[in-house]
Amino acid sequence: MAELFLDGVSKRFGATVAVADLNFTVGDGEFIVLLGPTGAGKTTTLRLVAGLERPDAGRVLLDGRDVTLEPPAARDTTFVFQQYSLYPHLSVYDNLAFPLRSPAHREPEARIRARVAEIARLLHIEDKLSNRATQLSGGQMQRVAIGRALVRRPSIYLMDEPLSSLDAKLRAELRVELKRIQRELGATILYVTHDQTEAMTMATQIGVLDRGRLVQIGSPRAIYTDPVNTYVATRLGNPAINLVPRELYPTLAAPTGTTTIGVRTEHVRIRKGVNGGAAGRVKWIEHLGDQNHLHVTIADTEVVTLCDRDSGIAVDDTVDVQLTAPLFFAANGDRVRAH
Amino acid sequence: MAEIRIEHLHKAFGDFTAVRDSTFTVPDGDFFCLLGPSGCGKTTTLRMIAGLELPTSGRILLGGEDVAFKRASHRDIAFVFQLFALYPHMNVRTNIAYPLRSQGMSRHDVQTRVEEAARILRIQHLLDRRVSGLSSGDRQRVALGRAIVREPLAFLLDEPLGALDAEFRDVMCGELRALHDRLRATTVYVTHDQLEAMAMADTIALMNHGVVEQLGTPQDIYDRPVSLFVADFIGSPPMSFLDFRGHVAPGDRTVRLGSVDIALPEVREGRADTELVLGVRPEHIELSDHAPLRAEVVDAEYLGTTQIVTLSTVTGARVKARIPADIPVRPGETTGLKFRPGQLSLFDKASGRALRTALHDGGAHG
Repeated sequence: MAELFLDGVSKRFGATVAVADLNFTVGDGEFIVLLGPTGAGKTTTLRLVAGLERPDAGRVLLDGRDVTLEPPAARDTTFVFQQYSLYPHLSVYDNLAFPLRSPAHREPEARIRARVAEIARLLHIEDKLSNRATQLSGGQMQRVAIGRALVRRPSIYLMDEPLSSLDAKLRAELRVELKRIQRELGATILYVTHDQTEAMTMATQIGVLDRGRLVQIGSPRAIYTDPVNTYVATRLGNPAINLVPRELYPTLAAPTGTTTIGVRTEHVRIRKGVNGGAAGRVKWIEHLGDQNHLHVTIADTEVVTLCDRDSGIAVDDTVDVQLTAPLFFAANGDRVRAH
Repeated sequence: MAEIRIEHLHKAFGDFTAVRDSTFTVPDGDFFCLLGPSGCGKTTTLRMIAGLELPTSGRILLGGEDVAFKRASHRDIAFVFQLFALYPHMNVRTNIAYPLRSQGMSRHDVQTRVEEAARILRIQHLLDRRVSGLSSGDRQRVALGRAIVREPLAFLLDEPLGALDAEFRDVMCGELRALHDRLRATTVYVTHDQLEAMAMADTIALMNHGVVEQLGTPQDIYDRPVSLFVADFIGSPPMSFLDFRGHVAPGDRTVRLGSVDIALPEVREGRADTELVLGVRPEHIELSDHAPLRAEVVDAEYLGTTQIVTLSTVTGARVKARIPADIPVRPGETTGLKFRPGQLSLFDKASGRALRTALHDGGAHG
């Protein structure tokens, strides 16, 4: 296991800037998740680290060694793709053993047996080892695909949305499993996804990408509670952070330059009637079983908040909306901090 | 607008029974979700309502008229598929207008209806664009536009958000529900995603192996699952189950798990010594150092507002708790579990059915 360092890495495809001046470090044993929508540069970043793309500028260092110009095979990385690519004619065991039998990394069979058994146990597929890959369910196939990466002990594992093709339940299960395995193996992982839940729940650090640029990097808690701009603020949190015009709260003390107030659903206080906050009207109550989401309109702005199931608030009620722990943003979306 | 009644609907494909003796009513103006895992019969049911499949037996009444064996084109309903079936060479306006043109409506009326549909869906600015250049969300809006422009008796939607990114699905969920609130058209919506169903539906029919396992409001199904299947299917994370052996009698207010007494809603239905299952929702669990039911923390998943803590009890049960994000929890540490007694479910393990308790008093129970 080792450290990865990206030093001013840029890559364009024709006129499109895929990634621009990326600088970050993945420390030994860290689980870094790059989060961003389609086109943010997530996959390109992984491919640059793997050596599947060559940067236009900057350097990629693995364990202090400059690998920028090295071919993929010379770099000590393994890649897990979104779509499981298994050998259909091989058994699960042989699929898992495959990387250990390749000429470049040949290992003795006894070692291979031990390693495959260990990984199969971690992934809960011990009883499937003699099955053909094609006899597995989608979730099992993806476990085998992840397992095939894990049998090797590279410097770093590169994972490109490995859970996105699975259904929600299996995804939730594998999130916990993957994190446990990462901890047990002490593995270094660079993982990309557009799914904020995966980022929040698995990462030691999240890097938020916006159009090829790394906007913020930090622990899930730091990114959630202390976003640098509205882009980052809206990427994390479900329901999304409420952004309301500053004019709705003229009496709220805010730093100069504030045009938008951001407030998380858990920091909106709702009471029936009018009580000194902004007056809103309940438009819709979303019953999600464990919680209710209250959709309230204040002037033309919709605010979403959590409410207790027995709050007695109904659609069309007039409610008082108060904000606690507000975040302040300028017109360009950047955070404005109180001095 | 109309009510849809399904009576003893049955559909077999050879030896395989896709839908078994289904009976339910979709009230006029309802947002009705057919929910279930793949292969449960939800799409087959929808296709029979649409007229794309003929039932083996049973009746389908649309606004009082039996349409079970009528051709799809003679039923006044609009169908939206998971994959937006748009004409790629036409622009948005022509795509939306298509169903009206083919009915022979006058150019002026078509124009008015298309503009109105586009306004409702907020895609007026896209009317003259080609569909091939649109984002997947906008394409799905166009597909919806083509459905609502007809002003049909009912809308049938088959996983219309399935092809969208998760993030975008949330937005579209809100839009679809808002659209329904404006049009108030009877809507039957098929999905395997319980979060979509919970967020949008007035009524959910949860299907399993061709049978409607439970029918009710989202809250009712969430609070009072009739079976282990329902309890496990609904909720994110789903209900946690603690297996134990014991006997219960009407009037009992506790059950004994190992050496620990657990309070639960008063039992209304007894069982002799047998395998039972206690079901608890993640938000009804509190971690408490002094609680006698001991468990080891396996994992804590930070979600900002809350965190999901996975625990393993001494009996080996996996339990998931949703607790505030600011409570420090470390994997490996041992703690105690406290359950909110009023909300626990009790199941017979062999049959998978819920036992009646005070939880069901006054509520619907199938």
